[in-house]
Amino acid sequence: MNDLDVSKSLSVPELKRVAVQMRKDILYMIYEAQAGHPGGSLSATDILAALYFRIMRIDPTNPEWEDRDRFILSKGHACPVWYAALANRGYYDRSHLGTLRKLNSILQGHADMKKTPGVDMTVGSLGQGICAGVGMALGARFQKKDFHVWVVIGDGEMQEGSVWEAAMSAAKWKLDNMTVILDLNRIQNDDFVENTMPLGQVQEKWQAFGWNTICINGHDMQAVVDALEEAATIKGIPTIIIADTVKGKGVSFMENVPAWHGAAPNAEQYEQAIREVEGALI
Amino acid sequence: MISPYHFLLPEVESVLLNSDFFKTTKKHATRYSYSEALFEVAEINPKVVVLDVDVGKSLKTNEFAKKYPHRSFNFGIAEQNMMAAAAGMATTGLIPFASGYAMFLSMRALDQVRNSVHYPHLNVKIAASHSGITPGPDGVTHQAQEDLSIIRTIAGSCVIAPADHVTTKMAVHAMAEYDGPVYLSLTRDPVPYLYTSDYPFEIGRMVTVREGSDLTIIANRDLVAHALVAAAQLSGQGIEARVLDCHTIKPLDEEAVLKAARETGCIVTAENNVIFGGLGSAVAELLVENDPIPMQRIGVRDTFAESGPYYEVIDKYGLTFPHIMQAAQKVLDRKHAFNNQMAKGEA
Repeated sequence: MNDLDVSKSLSVPELKRVAVQMRKDILYMIYEAQAGHPGGSLSATDILAALYFRIMRIDPTNPEWEDRDRFILSKGHACPVWYAALANRGYYDRSHLGTLRKLNSILQGHADMKKTPGVDMTVGSLGQGICAGVGMALGARFQKKDFHVWVVIGDGEMQEGSVWEAAMSAAKWKLDNMTVILDLNRIQNDDFVENTMPLGQVQEKWQAFGWNTICINGHDMQAVVDALEEAATIKGIPTIIIADTVKGKGVSFMENVPAWHGAAPNAEQYEQAIREVEGALI
Repeated sequence: MISPYHFLLPEVESVLLNSDFFKTTKKHATRYSYSEALFEVAEINPKVVVLDVDVGKSLKTNEFAKKYPHRSFNFGIAEQNMMAAAAGMATTGLIPFASGYAMFLSMRALDQVRNSVHYPHLNVKIAASHSGITPGPDGVTHQAQEDLSIIRTIAGSCVIAPADHVTTKMAVHAMAEYDGPVYLSLTRDPVPYLYTSDYPFEIGRMVTVREGSDLTIIANRDLVAHALVAAAQLSGQGIEARVLDCHTIKPLDEEAVLKAARETGCIVTAENNVIFGGLGSAVAELLVENDPIPMQRIGVRDTFAESGPYYEVIDKYGLTFPHIMQAAQKVLDRKHAFNNQMAKGEA
């Protein structure tokens, strides 16, 4: 993707190429670290590619810009996807990617806003990023700023009660300057979500909490882009995009396998995974 | 005769020895001092906003909400959301004062306090009423006797527990100017007015509120008044106690503690908080590595308390001035024994 000018808003075919590079970077980081969470990083890749390379109002040369859109990966264990987006967008050199989870790295095991340029909120303890997003959206409104807050949550994360506290409060304050994207990949640490703690009717639950809902295939780049653009135009009500995704998307042996929530590939698996991810463009 | 007291209201100093001091002296719950001070800091700093969790009536932050509806955010009974949202607000440059009960801010929302507020060192001010056993009648579920210890263990935390109305208001002003998270401990029940407006409040600096050279009593929040009464009574027995108001437990004013150790040779700490990890522990940790003089701690022992009138509860659980006087006597005996032993050793 070296020929892409990422400072411009990318087209859908270009975003697909970016997503391939991000998936390769995710696998590289986790392989080098021999630890991390590939499954939930790969399921959220297309969403972050669309946000960072088309949707968000950001300036990688000025990560502290007050009027920038904010992004929070509330499912913070999937931070390799965040680090891949930020590196490819030019927040820091790609050479950092090999340092994930190692001593003295700017890329912590769960994202640290004080260490990684472009990370807008420290995350890792589930159910907190979405609450911080509520605070940022209130802060924007109070200061009459027009930036938008984007928050990605996981479906397993919805088991945390604080997610629903945040949901209530976003509806109370009609936070239309915040959009939540649910990475609905159906797998959590131990097992499938359905076996661990079923979520029931996900769309109906968010609707009952007073949210506008948009349901999409989270790997259909055009649908992802359209949903994000639509969400930003909805007024008077918070919007959640329920993105149907595949955990481990792009790597055959990782897809829909709970064991790949938090495990690193060996050399052979890594080579196969890279081949398969690259093959997505052929 | 020159008074050994500093910054004490004359009408307080003159009645310290009255047997009904705690009954008759004028009192004010510092949770109200806090919300009164919010009006002042909001006038000074347009970035100050006030968050609460259905405690507007209890802390009178609802008065603030009446005057500044757009600067008030009531999160309902949801401390976790409020705390992480406060962190999010702080990232946008606001100074959120997150108000609630100490039990639920320091314990239910502890994960948020640690990971979303302190780890990124965001500029969130946590105002915790019902700290320690300052709610008497509410009982154990609302008596946050561990809060100061818990927050003190978090890296980069600042923990303030002011003794009275005047110093609580000063603390609120200082917090608003301080860059970083601060935990402010407030009382549910009324505590005596103690100080004049000359009190030199500075975060991290203890204030000598009584001169004395036989021992030092280091106290905070509601036990400062008890330390002063104990010192007044001890003076009648020929014992002169220095009293340090340690309104900031963290960062600890190490210089003041070591000076007291050097000059008075023994220390009593007094806190309405468990004896584990709070003021007494902080002082002991410092002394054991620098100047291990005799020391006694007043605090809640390994027990929960119970419902009852505030004064009666803290008396039953060993926190009032007679207990401080006993501890003073004990530490003085140990100091004399210690000094005698040292003298023998030298001879």
